[in-house]
Order: sequence, then structure tokens, then C-alpha cells
Amino acid sequence: MKRLINLSPAPATRMFIALLPFVLLLLVYIVASDARLEANPNDKLLPSFSQMGAAIDRMALEPSKRSGDYVFWVDTASSLKRLGMGVAIAASVGLAIGLLTGALPVINASMSPLLTVISLIPPLAILPVLFIIFGLGELSKVMLIVLGITPFIARDLQRRTQEIPSEQLVKAQTLGANTSQIMVRVLLPQLMPKLIDAVRLSMGAGWLFLIAAEAIASTDGLGYRIFLVRRYMSMDVILPYVAWITLLAFLFDWLLATLSRRLFPWNVQGGNS
Amino acid sequence: MIEVNNLGKSYDGNPVLERLNVNVKEGEFVTLVGASGCGKSTFLKMLLGTESPTSGELLLDGKPIADEPGPDRGIVFQQYSVFPHMTVLDNVMSAVGFAQRGLTGYLFGTKRKQARKDAEAMLNEVGLGHALQKYPHELSGGMKQRLAIAQALLGKPRILLLDEPFGALDPGIRADMHELVLRLWKEHKLTIFMVTHDIKEGFYLGTRLWVFDKVRQDPHAPQAFGATITYDLPVNSKARQPAAKTTAETIAPLLAEKAG
Ligand SMILES: Nc1ncnc2c1ncn2[C@@H]1O[C@H](COP(=O)(O)OP(=O)(O)OP(=O)(O)O)[C@@H](O)[C@H]1O
Ligand SMILES: [Mg+2]
Repeated sequence: MKRLINLSPAPATRMFIALLPFVLLLLVYIVASDARLEANPNDKLLPSFSQMGAAIDRMALEPSKRSGDYVFWVDTASSLKRLGMGVAIAASVGLAIGLLTGALPVINASMSPLLTVISLIPPLAILPVLFIIFGLGELSKVMLIVLGITPFIARDLQRRTQEIPSEQLVKAQTLGANTSQIMVRVLLPQLMPKLIDAVRLSMGAGWLFLIAAEAIASTDGLGYRIFLVRRYMSMDVILPYVAWITLLAFLFDWLLATLSRRLFPWNVQGGNS
Repeated sequence: MIEVNNLGKSYDGNPVLERLNVNVKEGEFVTLVGASGCGKSTFLKMLLGTESPTSGELLLDGKPIADEPGPDRGIVFQQYSVFPHMTVLDNVMSAVGFAQRGLTGYLFGTKRKQARKDAEAMLNEVGLGHALQKYPHELSGGMKQRLAIAQALLGKPRILLLDEPFGALDPGIRADMHELVLRLWKEHKLTIFMVTHDIKEGFYLGTRLWVFDKVRQDPHAPQAFGATITYDLPVNSKARQPAAKTTAETIAPLLAEKAG
């Protein structure tokens, strides 16, 4: 018998034991939901899958009676727009700060302490400030996401920049490169896959800030909807929405990982040469 | 061309090198040997400009050597010398881009075509003509070093600094690399400084071999004194190999004793 740390499952077994927990959870849910609905057909806590299907049918496939919108898709579009803008801005600003502070000691000396302090501010605590400054519109929600994840991305990329072997910088200088050439051609390209990694890691926080902002001040969005229907204990809406958000999060993560692999074939483990 | 006057270097008050006095003419091939930690790389770094002398002078053409790396001094490190995100061809072409002014160092149009031609010629010369579109992580250790040399040479340096460039290669490949370096040294009329741990290599390649060692020793304070050049041996290039063997045999025990 091999030691446990040397024991890795065969591909087929791996698939099976990966799916097993999901199937088990699903079974537990179905059994529990059936039991509760049997006792009380009006129970709201654990809706059956047909109830959830009906709720989604209503929200995604039929226009709303009040506004004529397909609520589910409008919510999705608004949320993704906010999240996309927030993450895109955070990624650009974070990349710029990370590159500049990582590459230029002078800028690092003046920016690093500030960056550290800003990263320690809990973003949700200043949400009211954002509402006061930027109003209750889209901008304050996007700003919350930006403020929430930029410091992480900036500090991560700063460290990644400093991790690039100094031999490469020396080499570029011996070939006659000036500072901006080194930043554009040596550092920046090597940071791009690290930026994607940093964005993947900060997507979870991005969703958190998005939903928080939507829950507090919004008229549409996935987070808004979940908090709205909570008043009616509509678990049949909440659960599919949560599943949908999870699926979207999974898809983005997969997309970013694939993009990184396609665009940066040189970015392999231990590929520093 | 290079003048070293009473040069000394210490880190945090601990001398590493002291009282170096030596002159090097254009076109010499100097090999540096010595026990580990005696300051060979430090000397190379001062030539490179990433470290500056604590005392004495290091002159290039009569002027103190620049205190940052520049295009007159090329370098090949033992590793991390090439850009991992560029193909072999781009790595070498980048030398041309970096040599011109501008914010990005990207090349366009006829300049790009010319650079590509030059880069391909240089890569053929070092035997990498078949691997133009590969990334460094797809190359063997020897191929990576060939690439690093090609890249350094396209920067057209006067002085080439090599810090144990073949330390990680196995003997068969080393022999090929020796022929390559000797050929390029003659063709491009370079002045070369090469650190090596292999004394035979030092004798075989160089026109001049320096042995770094401590002349003064204090058994109670091993850090008290720095190393200097204890032997400065001319190597006869015509009788290169036979001469090398005999001298190598006399020197080797000396070094082994210090290193051990
Ligand atoms: N940045 C530094 N700060 C402090 N001490 C240093 C620094 N760089 C080198 N040293 C010290 O200087 C001495 C010489 O180092 P150096 O790298 O020049 O040795 P070397 O002769 O190249 O050795 P090796 O053959 O192992 O490469 C060592 O004792 C080392 O600890
Ligand atoms: Mg060394």
C-alpha cells in the first residue's frame, strides 16, 4: 500500500469522486425539500425544483407585467455591466500602479505607504461616502468595486514586478534600453499573465462589493433582486439567482484561465530563463 | 583600455576585494578563477556598473567606468539572461530595438526587416537557426546560453562579461560552446572577461588568467581581509593546450586547498 500522499486517483475515478459531493448535496436537498413540502405545501424554505423552474420561467421568459422587461436578463445585464466596468478599471489602475511602483524605486518610496493604508480601509465602510460623493447612480457602485479590489491588484503586481529577475533588467540595459523601453518590453508583457491571475483572485471580492452595493441602493441587478424578494421569503427565486451568479463566476474564471493560457504560451511554471 | 588602480570593494565594512592593480588591453581574453566567494562576480559587477568600487579607481579609456550598465559592456549570466516572454528571434531582435531611442523599442518597416536579417544571421552563427520561433523554456541549457550570447553580441559591445556562462552545462556541450566563444571573440574583436570554476577552461580560452585569492589571512577573523589577484598568467595562445595543461596542474592544488 502506497503512502496516502503518493496516492492519486485515475482520471475516471477522479471524475467520479469530484462529482460525488455535488450529487450527494443535491440528493439531500431533494429529500429534505420533499419532506417539508409534504408536511406543508406552502412551505417556502426549501422549494422543489419545479417551483424554482416556474419562478425562473416567470422572470426570464415572460415580460414583467409592470415594466414589460425580462427581469432576469435585465438584472444580469446591469450587474455584469457594473462588475465589468469596475473590474476593468481596477485592473488598469492596478496594473499601472503595480508596474510603476514595482519598477521605479522613486515612485515606490512615495506611493507604497499610501497604498498600504488605502488597502487597509474596509471598502464597505466608505460606501456611504461614495453615495454622498457620487450619488446613488451607477458610478458609486462601480467605484465601490474599483476601490475594493484595486489595492489588492496593485500590490500583487508590484510584488510580481519586483520578482522579475534583476538579470533581465541588467541585460536590457547592456543592450542600450532606457527606462521606458524596459517597462514596455521587458516588464509589462511579463506582468500580463500575472494581471489575469490577480483579476481571477479578486473576482470573488468584486462580486461581494457588487451585491452589497446593489442590495443597498439600486433598482435592478442580481443582488438587488435577491434582497428584494427576500421580503417575500421567495427562496424559489433566490436559490436560482445564487446558482446563476455562481455559474457566471465559474465561467469568468474559466474564461480568464483559458485566455491566459492561449495568449501567453511562454508563461509556464518555472519558465524564468 | 581598462585600468584598475588600487581598487577595493567592501560590503558593510567587510572587504571582499582589495588592492587590485592591473591593466587590460583591447582584445584580451581574461579568465578569472578563484575559490567560491572570493569576489570574482563582484569584480565583474563593478565592470558592469551594478556595483561601484569602495576605494581606488576603475577606468575605461581613462574615465571612471559608468555606474550603471550600458551598451558598451555586454553580459551573459549563468541563468536568467534571456527574456522568457520573447521567442528566440524576438530576443535577439530586441537588442536592435533597445539600441535605438524611443519609448518602446519596437521596430517597424525596413528597420524591422533589417533587424530580422541581422538577428537571423547571428542566430545561424551560434547554431540556433532552426529554433527561431521557440520560447526560451523550450530550449536546452546550452541553447539558452547560445541565445544569450547571440543577443549580447547583437548589442555590439566592446567588452563582453561572462559569469560562469557554461557552469550548468555538461562537458560535451561545453566544448562546443568554447569553440563558439573563441570564434566570436576573434570575429567581433571583443575584449572578454570570463569567470569560471573550471581552471582548464580558463587556460584553454583565455589569453590571460587571473587567480583571485587572499594574500593576507587572519585565522581569528577570516573576514578581515579581501582577496586580490595573486597570479596574473599570460596564456600563450599558440601553444594553448599543452601549456595550459602543465600550468593547470601546478595551479590546481593551490586552488583546491583554498576552496577546501
Ligand atoms: N550584495 C552583497 N551584500 C553583501 N555581501 C555581498 C554582496 N554580494 C556579494 N557579497 C559577498 O561578497 C563576497 C564575494 O562574492 P562574489 O559573488 O563576488 O563571489 P564569487 O567569487 O563570484 O563566488 P562564486 O565563485 O561562488 O560565484 C561573498 O563573500 C559574498 O558573501
Ligand atoms: Mg560568482
